[in-house]
Amino acid sequence: MIELLLSIWNLVPEALQTLLIIILKIVVIAVPIMLSVAYITLAERKVIGFIQVRIGPNRVGPRGLLQPIADGLKLMMKEVIIPTNANRFLFVIAPLLALAPALACWAVIPFADGWVLADIDAGLLYVLALSSLGVYGLIIAGWASNSKYAFLGSIRSAAQMVSYEIAMGFALVGVLMAAGSMNLSAIVESQSGSFLHWFWLPLFPLFLVYFIAGLAETNRAPFDVAEGESEIVAGFHVEYSGMAFALFFLAEYANMILISILTAIMFMGGWLSPFQGIPLLEDLFAFVPGIVWILAKTSFLLFLFLWFRATFPRYRYDQVMRLGWKVFIPITIVWILVIGVGVMAELGPWFD
Amino acid sequence: MSIEPILFYIFSTILVLASVAVVTVRNPVYAALCLVLAFFTCAAVWLLLEAEFLALVLILVYVGAVMVLFLFVIMMLDINLVRSKEGFIKYLPAGGFVAILILIEMCVVLGPENFGIEITGEPLKHAADYSNTKELGVTLYTQYAYPFEIAGALLLLAIVAAITLTMRRRPDSKYQDPAEQVSVRRDDRVRIVKMAAEKKQ
Repeated sequence: MIELLLSIWNLVPEALQTLLIIILKIVVIAVPIMLSVAYITLAERKVIGFIQVRIGPNRVGPRGLLQPIADGLKLMMKEVIIPTNANRFLFVIAPLLALAPALACWAVIPFADGWVLADIDAGLLYVLALSSLGVYGLIIAGWASNSKYAFLGSIRSAAQMVSYEIAMGFALVGVLMAAGSMNLSAIVESQSGSFLHWFWLPLFPLFLVYFIAGLAETNRAPFDVAEGESEIVAGFHVEYSGMAFALFFLAEYANMILISILTAIMFMGGWLSPFQGIPLLEDLFAFVPGIVWILAKTSFLLFLFLWFRATFPRYRYDQVMRLGWKVFIPITIVWILVIGVGVMAELGPWFD
Repeated sequence: MSIEPILFYIFSTILVLASVAVVTVRNPVYAALCLVLAFFTCAAVWLLLEAEFLALVLILVYVGAVMVLFLFVIMMLDINLVRSKEGFIKYLPAGGFVAILILIEMCVVLGPENFGIEITGEPLKHAADYSNTKELGVTLYTQYAYPFEIAGALLLLAIVAAITLTMRRRPDSKYQDPAEQVSVRRDDRVRIVKMAAEKKQ
């Protein structure tokens, strides 16, 4: 049986073989992301439920575990309504424009040593470039809906994204200065040593700025002024229904996972074990594969997203802008100078 | 036949079509989106030239920031399409003359006698460990350090000038000072008065 399959495989031309293998790898990455997105929605409702002393969804399936499936089915069955005088083409294409960059970023994410789809040198730049494209989906959705609330939401999100991208970019500049490389795998390797070698310690202000700017970029609470249901109904996706609406949510949650895993890679040592360099524990936990550590770190950061949403009230719009421009950008610029001095002085144990 | 020429022709066809669409479509929002597509395919062509740093920075700066602000402005303005089409015939001779002049100039400057493959030489194929980013950085900060610094200073000047030209403060309007707002303490706002409990009469 296996020999037969192998002989069929060998008949396939070589170019097609590479293409098939790449497609298979994409499926192996994309399907778990989609499943995680589905179950993060459940986790979010459960976590916030427990924070607010409620139980959360517990009706569909055992302990409510089938709730995301039910939600997905419901959204697929619903009609996609296109408002009158809306721009049909842009209205339909906007959710796709929001989702595609969120998924494309995953090409360069290393899950463990060597487990990466495209191990490119300019990985950090690629992530930054593609994550800056996500805003188009939001802007176009708001404009094409022919609705004032949607338009206000999209204008807010455009201003917010442009403001926080600068701080985010500067935080990444700090990381690449410290690591001496833009390759994400090399960034993880350069943090090797112990958990004190991870970049959260020498780059602590940038770590905070990056994660908070990530919150703002994904339009999550407390920075969800683009949605702002108490002010502008639901912001840019107020006119969307059914699967088109679901795509915006897929994009938002995929971006959340992306920001979390990037924070884990750049500041928390990626797939490196937290017990590295500790005599007894290192050997005790040596059997744990790297992907478990990176997923554990990502899950912790995702939990922070949910925790923040349950804890903080929404920022006022002018305060969002002030935080981005007048607080984060100066902090990052000053800390880049500090890192520059550290790298020149070869300050140990991080920059030697 | 390798796949690179096919990719090049696909991307350059999209690039040319998108660029033509930028100036021909009626809806300014569509024009801006076509410009985004043009930048994007241009970045893809640069990637084929092994200039990955420039390609990604083109997307990051122009697509991710500049065009977002462009779209932002275009969507905010209620552009009157009919009025912007007025006087097309009146300006046609002057516009056509300028267009032909620019075309001739470009042909003279960018023609094969200046940029042909004999003059520039065939682009080198680099090994996989060649870093375009590093090469650019080294050239920029050694050979062209002073021009780079001057360009940076000019940009800073432009930012300061733009802000000073457009900033106006009306003395009669009220402003919030967020710094003052966030530094408020409980003691400034609430005074807890301790009183002895009174007994029921």
